[in-house]
Amino acid sequence: MKSLLTALKKGNVLVSDGAWGTFLHQRGLQPGDCPELWNITHREDVLAIGKSYVDAGADMILTNSFGGSPTRLAHFGLQDRSSELNEAAAVISREAAGADRFVLGSIGPTGAVLMMGEVSEQTMYDGFRIQAESLKKGGVDAICVETMSAIDEACLAIRAARESTDLEVICTFSFEKIVAGEYRSMMGVSPAEMVHAVKEAGAVIIGTNCGNGIEPMIRIVKEIRKVDPSTPILVHANAGMPVFKDGKTVFPETPEMMATKVQELVTSGANIVGGCCGTTPAHIRAMVKALRGN
Amino acid sequence: MNPLIERIGHCVERGKVNKSSPYPVDMRGHDGADELTRQALDAAIGPDAILQACHEGMQRIGEKFSRSEVFVPELLMAAKAMNAVMAHLKPFFQSGSVKTKGKFIIGTVSGDLHDIGKNLVAMVVEGNGWEVIDLGVDVKATRFTEIVKENPGCVVGLSALLTTTMATMSTTVQEIKAHFPDTNVIVGGAPLSSAAAEKMGADGYAPDPQGAVAFLRKLSIHE
Repeated sequence: MKSLLTALKKGNVLVSDGAWGTFLHQRGLQPGDCPELWNITHREDVLAIGKSYVDAGADMILTNSFGGSPTRLAHFGLQDRSSELNEAAAVISREAAGADRFVLGSIGPTGAVLMMGEVSEQTMYDGFRIQAESLKKGGVDAICVETMSAIDEACLAIRAARESTDLEVICTFSFEKIVAGEYRSMMGVSPAEMVHAVKEAGAVIIGTNCGNGIEPMIRIVKEIRKVDPSTPILVHANAGMPVFKDGKTVFPETPEMMATKVQELVTSGANIVGGCCGTTPAHIRAMVKALRGN
Repeated sequence: MNPLIERIGHCVERGKVNKSSPYPVDMRGHDGADELTRQALDAAIGPDAILQACHEGMQRIGEKFSRSEVFVPELLMAAKAMNAVMAHLKPFFQSGSVKTKGKFIIGTVSGDLHDIGKNLVAMVVEGNGWEVIDLGVDVKATRFTEIVKENPGCVVGLSALLTTTMATMSTTVQEIKAHFPDTNVIVGGAPLSSAAAEKMGADGYAPDPQGAVAFLRKLSIHE
């Protein structure tokens, strides 16, 4: 187990990975299939995706466990296999990353809304705990609670990870621009509100992912820095807002386009940069080159 | 307006479900949509007047949502309060003394399991007086055409969140249109735009739940 915080203290900017889902689909995952089940049924494919980002120069990769909570796996009747699927995800990413690079265990939203009473807090907490424990068992260095939009759910996930493991916990929210020009999550949370809540719950690295491209991420990072000058920030940016062209979904931002902006993202305050939907190993390679010149 | 009816509309707008609901904080301990509707019916206030107030309440919160003055939680709670009213009014719909504006079939397209956006649209449209048939998530094109066949004159709403399911949405629109060219299909979801909706051959694009209501209203004016 390695410490991301220690690595960041040296003043380094670290590069993370890009999209996984797109590549699972390219390798044959059908709409409606469970991506996490592929950790068992298509292990080599998942491993190849992880390796492609390591080869591109990423300092860290995530795990194929975004939807690995029992609540979410229940859509596929796989709620009882949460431990197995999360542990397998971690083992695969560790194999791809080797001992030197970081592996971040991905935990995404359950899809249930606590406020509506769809699941209880306890059920949600227990599910996140299973994920965190299994990811730790499989060898991750840290837990990345990502793509969150609700404070209550994000904080439950962070606390579950903190209380069941000794791992560093990262938390990222997804924000979009609202009518007034500010950024808010789907549940109405502002970047500043996120910062206070997730740090109190125990996140030691904060940030934002998904969204509508790298340019808005620069503005979100600046907003976070206004209220928090020091907590390390991780950004996983989409390759722009997808457009639907000739029956296919296309992301407009090329590796070159994202690479030209990545330095500004870092100057604005990001400490770990990587991609989300629509980004590829080529995007990550271009970011590495832009930041390190090689 | 009768103060009781006005209060019901306010409860819907604020998402005050019933007396025991802790939400919203400033209405804690007050009667909610549930209790007030019972009282209104006991006071011989007609279901149409109650519904009208609810529609107006939903309209107000839907518009606030469109203007980003409130967010998903507020809209969800408003819909929940609306459901509490509807539970009392169900017998009037069943007996036919109150009529809906029409049937709206909604579902998240095949391969996509996201239901928050779809549920929001379903609840707001229902709150606006439509009968909503919710087919759930991961709905195949053939299922949509089956249901359209069983419900002549219905309007269809398709939802998708994943960028990877936009292609499926497009084929679903085409499949429905191939069998039922006169059926109106409206699409919505995070990765979409009105340009994408047009390319798919959909009749409308709803950027938010109120957009779906506006589309439906336009249809009923034209017909």
